[in-house]
Parts: sequence; structure tokens; C-alpha cells
Amino acid sequence: MLANQVGCGFAPYRLSGTVYGVLLNHAPALAALGDAVNAAPYKAAPKAPVLYVKPRNTLALPGSSCELPAGVDALQIGANLGMVIGRTACRVSAQDAAACVAGYVVVNDLSVPHESFYRPSVRLKALDGSCVIGPAVAKERVRDPAAQEVRVFVDGALVQRTDTADRLRSWAKLLAEVTDFMTLSPGDILLLGTSHGAPSARAGQRVAIEIEGVGRLEHTLVATGAAHDHPMEPHA
Amino acid sequence: MKRARVAYSGAIHDATPHKQGLQLADGRVVAEDAVVWLAPFDVGTIIALGLNYADHAKELSFGKQEEPLVFLKGPGAVIGHRGQTRRPKDATFMHYECELAVVIGAPGKHIAKADAMRHVAGYTVANDYAIRDYLENWYRPNARVKNRDGGTVLGPWFVDAADIAAPVHLNLRTLVNGKQTQSGNTRDLVHDIPSLIEYVSGFMTLNPGDVILTGTPEGVVNVNAGDEVVTEIEGIGRLVNTIVDDTAFGR
Repeated sequence: MLANQVGCGFAPYRLSGTVYGVLLNHAPALAALGDAVNAAPYKAAPKAPVLYVKPRNTLALPGSSCELPAGVDALQIGANLGMVIGRTACRVSAQDAAACVAGYVVVNDLSVPHESFYRPSVRLKALDGSCVIGPAVAKERVRDPAAQEVRVFVDGALVQRTDTADRLRSWAKLLAEVTDFMTLSPGDILLLGTSHGAPSARAGQRVAIEIEGVGRLEHTLVATGAAHDHPMEPHA
Repeated sequence: MKRARVAYSGAIHDATPHKQGLQLADGRVVAEDAVVWLAPFDVGTIIALGLNYADHAKELSFGKQEEPLVFLKGPGAVIGHRGQTRRPKDATFMHYECELAVVIGAPGKHIAKADAMRHVAGYTVANDYAIRDYLENWYRPNARVKNRDGGTVLGPWFVDAADIAAPVHLNLRTLVNGKQTQSGNTRDLVHDIPSLIEYVSGFMTLNPGDVILTGTPEGVVNVNAGDEVVTEIEGIGRLVNTIVDDTAFGR
């Protein structure tokens, strides 16, 4: 799936950039780890935002099918509010962060569930089609990005009700800390972080995520080999 | 064939080596230091390897690996030959990593080791900096260590795969201010190029422009502002970078 095929709904931005996720930004998610954060292998709570990349092979449109890898029963649904970067963001202060955001988007950051956050394999986060993006709205449509209800449905049943509040770093603070050492460019997306208690879904199930004020994203999960494969052979 | 991408006289050009420096596609011959060197290809997903030389793994006290230690980087980290990389003033251990960069030319998923080299378009030199002061034990190696603006230097040349015999056994080394500090040979990769392509494409589709940074051998030492760091790979190129301090960036 080519990222530039993902229309963003507001000119001139198209989702053509890099998607960065942040782990444990929901205060209850970090709290749930309890004293484990001070024990090996972590030895201390995270200081800087714990970031990861969702590479371009993961980017997918609403309505797409994400294929589970062999031997995996379910994927974790990472319902996220994504901030679409509208102008180059380098060393942005939290006060000025809003000027760098073009809009907001619903993102499902799918992962193979993993217990250890020390050095998990990239294959748990970088499956083809595991970052489903859309719909998006211009930022003026969302009055307070820190106060939006988030609902996750699997086969029509509500499985998680959460919101975009209670972040260790607000969207503005996150943008400030990230851009202190990493410039974000127009079209890049920075995720606000998955809420604690992320549900999962199995092959054959339909997933929907609704974020108040932004929209509803739907897609499906399919079994290994079920997504119609068109292996591309090198011509050279 | 070797190709570069450079900015010169108001435009971006493809260029090839010339005895007086380099020759632009439009015929002009210019000195190496008269152009701004860009990454020599359109950079897609950056797939980096940690601890892929046994000696370097030992140097950092790591044991046997269950699977290759892969991490991903964003395109904002990339700069070209003769660029500057910032060393923050609170850093005490910032080090280079000389790595062979393998550029994908043909897309593929579930690529078998035996077919892997057919998916390689070519090679370049990478110098992938790390600042160890910022190391945390969450999603290692964490972004503040390894995904910094200007921390991934690529170039100078993109070298066609056809020009390098497989298996790819090349000497590589790093010189800091002219003194050799690191050396190795890609024959000592824990996971060789075909194995890495098979492994990575086992869970993610590789696309043209995706690049695998194959890891670095032992011999990483701290570098300071003002140091010239040259990472060099036999037959691929000699990549120059300069360390600057915060003041160069108005900090």
C-alpha cells in the first residue's frame, strides 16, 4: 500500500510521511507495570518518550485487511489519535506545537501482543498493513484533542471505551520533546499512544475505531495466506 | 557504476566520479567540495542491525542472539557526505558506526536466501551515530540514541550491485582525524546479506529504496566537536562527516 494513496481529507496534506508511535504514554498503562519498571531489564521508568516507527509497508487504508502472521492468534488493537504534521516541526515548544499540526486522524496501530518492552522484535510492530490510517479531519474540527472519547468495536461489539486524556505527555508536550532531536515533516504522523487495556482481535474479525470529533475507521483481520498475495518478482 | 546526488548551482543533479572531482549529468565538472552532497538514492524504510558483528557484540557484552536485532529509523536522520552531525553538550559517549548499507531495488516478501541478492540494487557507506548517554531500556535502542537528526550519514556514492562480487566480503574502517580507530570485514557479519533479506522480508514487504544498515564491527570510540570522521568501505566509498557542537545549531 503506497502511503501517498491515503487521502487525508484536507488540502494540501496527504499521508505520505513517516508514522511514529509512542509506547506507554497513557498514564494508566505505565502505572499498570507497577514496580516492574524499576526491575530488570528496565531498571528505571522511561525518561524520554518511547518511540517506534511504523514503516511504509505497514500503512493501509480503511477497509483493508491485515494478515496475521503464521502462528499468531490475535493482534492487539492500538486505537490512536494521530497528529498529522502540517509544517516542518523542529525544536517546537509546547506553546507553538499547534501551529505545526494540520489535523487529526484515526489510526489503528496493530501489533503482535508482546509482554516485554525491552527489545521486542521489530516483526511484532512492522507487519504489512498493520498501521491502518483514516479518516482525518482538519485541526479546527477538534476542539480539545485531549478530551475525545475513543471506542473500539470487534464484530460490532464494544470492547474498549477510553479517551485521549490522561497522557503522560500531552500532544503538545510530546511534539515538543520529540522534535527536540527528531524533525517531523509535513505528512508525518505522531501517534498520541494506545490506552491501557488494548483489546485484541482474531482473523476473520472486523475492527472499528471511533474517535469523537474525528471519525470512524473500519478494517478486517484475515488469516495467514488469506490476503490475496501478488508476489512481485524482480525484473532486473 | 558509481552515482551521487548533489546540489550545485541552484539545482539537484546526478553525478559520477571524475578525476577532478565529479561530473554532473549535464556535463559540468566540479570539485568535490564545490557541491552539497545528498544521500545518493531516495531513502525508503531504514532497517538497521544491532550487534551484527561478533566482535562488536562482545565489546558491548551481548550473548548469542535468537534472531537478528533489527530496529527502524526515520528518514529525518539522513544526511549526505561532508555533512555535520551535532554532538549535544551533555553527551559523554557519542560514537560513529561504519556500516555497509544495502539498498533494495526490487520489491519482495518472503524472499528466499537463494534469491535475495537479486533484490539488491546496490550499496553505499553508512555512518550511523549513537549517543550512549541517552540509552534507556525501553524499545532499545531507543530513538534518542539512534534516531536523531543528522545521525545517519549516507554516501558519497551509490554503487551498483553488479559492480560488487557476491558474497560481499569488503574491508571497512573508520578514521577519526586521520587515525584508524575501527576496522573489520563484512565477511564477519553474524547474519549475512542474504540472511538479513530473508529474515526481514519474512514479516515485511521490502520496497525499492529500503536500505539495510548491516551493523558495525568493534572499535567504536567517543568523538568530539571538531572531529573529522571518515568511514570507508573498500570499493564502495569514503564518507566524510564532521562533528559540531550545539552552537552550530544555535543551541
